[in-house]
Amino acid sequence: MGIRQGGTLTPPAGKRDHVQGPEDAPVTLVEYGDFECSYCAAAYLIVKKVQEAMGDQLRFVFRHFPLTQIHPHAEGAAEASEAAAAQGRFWEMHDLLYENQRALDQMHLLGYAEELGLDTQRLVRELEERVYQPRVREDFMSGVRSGVNGTPAFFINGIRYDGSWDLVPLLEALESVSQEVAI
Amino acid sequence: MSTNQDEVSKSQQPKSALPSGSQAPDFTLAATPDQKISLSDFRGRPVILAFYPADWSPVCGDQMSLYNEVLPEFKRFNAELLGISVDGAWCHSAYRQNRNLHFTLLADFEPKGAVARDYGVYRKSEGVCERALFVIDGNGRIAWSYVSPIAVNPGADGILKALENLSAKEEPADGNQTGRHADAAGR
Repeated sequence: MGIRQGGTLTPPAGKRDHVQGPEDAPVTLVEYGDFECSYCAAAYLIVKKVQEAMGDQLRFVFRHFPLTQIHPHAEGAAEASEAAAAQGRFWEMHDLLYENQRALDQMHLLGYAEELGLDTQRLVRELEERVYQPRVREDFMSGVRSGVNGTPAFFINGIRYDGSWDLVPLLEALESVSQEVAI
Repeated sequence: MSTNQDEVSKSQQPKSALPSGSQAPDFTLAATPDQKISLSDFRGRPVILAFYPADWSPVCGDQMSLYNEVLPEFKRFNAELLGISVDGAWCHSAYRQNRNLHFTLLADFEPKGAVARDYGVYRKSEGVCERALFVIDGNGRIAWSYVSPIAVNPGADGILKALENLSAKEEPADGNQTGRHADAAGR
């Protein structure tokens, strides 16, 4: 029993997820991220470049993996992004949070919601009632069960990617999977 | 700890991590500068032993921070998580506070690494524990063990699978004593 199986994404990317790119893209990149993690903020910029380079060949999915005990604002930010998602603006909020990682307290979250033209009363109420806590935890636990051991963690077509996520190696890994799929 | 005794215990030490099915060697270690804990204190409940090389090193930080977040899931199985390294109790105490860890860290400090040696997970060359996981059942038997490459955080999925298997095995016909409910002893 010393052998550990892991590294397969469970559940696979699907309807519950926040998705960018076409559903039938040959490659799906899933990231488990934490809005307060500095490595994730670096990865955010790299993923943007990867998306630009791959266009319709790539579907990108973001799932929450907040390490709340070392990042005191990560959970609130994750729930705020879900509140934005409920108003159809997940990705805009996702981007704002990573671009303003050092300002994730309640007041700033509210500011970003205003900037996006969201119904802030609704957002504040939902955050107070912790409406999206179960969803964030569900993402987190799916990550744990899939073998996520830190952030950011990436899965390419459902398999954990343990290589470097610098632009060149990540792009190479994605493109090689894309070619395999095409054959 | 005479030299003679050291030699005797060395000859009996396992060369690799104790496998599933072995009896888990009991031990008593400092949990805080003034409190000691024995493995046998947790009889009747699963115990997760997470040996790791050192407080403060980045990968360990991630691993212990991850376990900190997964703690509620471990509690669902009524399991106790114990982190173990060769760091002293004061070092553990500062580390726990800094990382806001909500579980016990044990100091395998004197004689250095003695418990890690008993479990076959001491790295003599560096003088630290391997990054090794053991899930021990309520009868003190090892149900699952895993040694990760030292620089790789092994995550928590293996532990959760082992706890699930244990709970499926132990679940009696009447559905009682499944050990799924965290009791008052839960820290």
